[in-house]
Amino acid sequence: MADVPQSNNQGVAVNLPKMAFSVRDLHVSLAGQEVLHGIDMSFVAGRWTSIVGPNGAGKSTLLKALAGLLPVTGRIFLFDHELMSMDRKRRAQQLSWLGQNESVSDDLRVWDLVMLGRMPHQDWLAAPSAHDHSVVKSALQATQAWDWRERSFSQLSGGERQRVLLGRAMAVQAKVMLMDEPLANLDPPHQVDWLEQVRCLTSQNTTVISVLHELGMALQADDVAVMQSGRVVHQGACSDAATHSAVEAVFDKRIAIHSLDGQWVALPKL
Amino acid sequence: MTHYLTRRSPFVIALSLLAFCLFGIALGSASGTTGFESWFTALRDDTAWQIVWDIRLPRSVGACAAGALLGLAGALAQGLFRNPLADPYLLGSASGAALGVAVALALFGGNPFATELLVRMGLTGAAFVGAVLAVLLTLVLARGVHHNLRLLLAGVIVGVVLGALVSLITLMRPDVLQGMQGFLLGSTSFIGWTSCALMLGVLLVCVVLTFVLSRVLDALSLGEATALSLGVPLASVRVALICVLALATGTAVAQTGLVGFVGLAAPHLVRSLVKTKNNWIVLLSSLMGGVLMLVADLMARMLLSPQEMPVGVLTAVLGGGYLLWLMYRSQTTRASL
Repeated sequence: MADVPQSNNQGVAVNLPKMAFSVRDLHVSLAGQEVLHGIDMSFVAGRWTSIVGPNGAGKSTLLKALAGLLPVTGRIFLFDHELMSMDRKRRAQQLSWLGQNESVSDDLRVWDLVMLGRMPHQDWLAAPSAHDHSVVKSALQATQAWDWRERSFSQLSGGERQRVLLGRAMAVQAKVMLMDEPLANLDPPHQVDWLEQVRCLTSQNTTVISVLHELGMALQADDVAVMQSGRVVHQGACSDAATHSAVEAVFDKRIAIHSLDGQWVALPKL
Repeated sequence: MTHYLTRRSPFVIALSLLAFCLFGIALGSASGTTGFESWFTALRDDTAWQIVWDIRLPRSVGACAAGALLGLAGALAQGLFRNPLADPYLLGSASGAALGVAVALALFGGNPFATELLVRMGLTGAAFVGAVLAVLLTLVLARGVHHNLRLLLAGVIVGVVLGALVSLITLMRPDVLQGMQGFLLGSTSFIGWTSCALMLGVLLVCVVLTFVLSRVLDALSLGEATALSLGVPLASVRVALICVLALATGTAVAQTGLVGFVGLAAPHLVRSLVKTKNNWIVLLSSLMGGVLMLVADLMARMLLSPQEMPVGVLTAVLGGGYLLWLMYRSQTTRASL
């Protein structure tokens, strides 16, 4: 591609990690007000990055911009292709989106709902293939929603709905998954299930980018992007001490990150 | 795949509804003061033939076709606006058609259901043009189709303003009041074969178009952002579907007046029977609309026989009653869960 964003002065491309997303000077305005003020960052392919930051930092807006759902200025590259000029269907095959609080029709059957995730891979009028059926089946089983496949969406509880929607996003089998608050309404065991699914996805070289409120879960990621007032103030590995202090800083030092049994936990600082 | 066998197949429901439609048309062609008799004597007796072939049959077929157009438009509106209370008239087509008829009546006089071909053509044409222009006005006011809420609000505004203009015209020309009232209540009394052919033709076009484009409605049922992320061409298909909506509603309204509740109730009835994808929902709603309208038309003819009620009154009573029942039923089932 002519417009590869990777600047590489030495000319050694061999050891550079492959980038799922590269963002250059990204500005986004919502209702006439600029919300993201020039973001430059990259997401390494096959890793899980969680975006954290206080309310109103622009986390969801950034995620939406990455999904191509917002008009932006600046450039976004998805695997070295300019996102906005990509073919609509090709983009949909490579990019899966799980939004927050999206209103879903109550009348949809769970099976049909998850099958909608196969849409980017189907021809316009074609019936679902055997492969589509098996993908939907494994997505429903992975999110433990298989038993409800005949129910309509209205018959499910909040947590059950979230698991079905997660199954729908997984059914796309995209190289990159964007998830906005995927743990909403999930009880602790299913949060852990989600964690394991994400680990499984990244082990298969899927890139996962999530916005998470719960810092304990966010710190389970490979990398953390810390946002504040429409800017990315830090991006680094979860285990990095610099990352910890950046997270503590954007939350006004009201929390402290501790190590516990080889995991990172965020506790309130009283 | 067991999950295909365990649920009601939309195909079977479609066939049953089609059978109901044919049965209703047959029944309609045999209802009237002379009853089934005209059927049996039709081959020998010219008058009986005329009654069945020129009056009763086109009326029933037309009622069915108009109901089917409204059912389709209702399913389309509810899918597009993701609102179970959306009905075919919500983009202002009803008041636009009413204004068209009012203007035509005020200018040329006459009865909206007159049998003279020229008058009738003029009035149905005026109703159709009014309906389509009103939808266009709504689209202009909403500055396109991108914003659902803006579209709905613009539809309400167009409805109120055009309704006010209709009132103004009827106030200044009280002689058009009776004709207007007939139009507003809806009637299937004077549908001829020409109207039938027109409605069936438009219906065919609309059904095919919606069946092909309904994939976008499926994607839309997950919310707008997710639909976009699935790679569907949302904006262009939405424009196309709104055109289909306007065409179907305008055609039905032009031929039968403002028949209420069919477009609202038909998709609800279908969804209470079967949960399936939107292409089937739209097709089944269309058939269901046809059945509803035939039932209403039969009752309109029989209840006060030999006098007749406007069919719109019956659809309003039947459809309203059904929705009320549905509302209470869903409340009690939810409470018992």
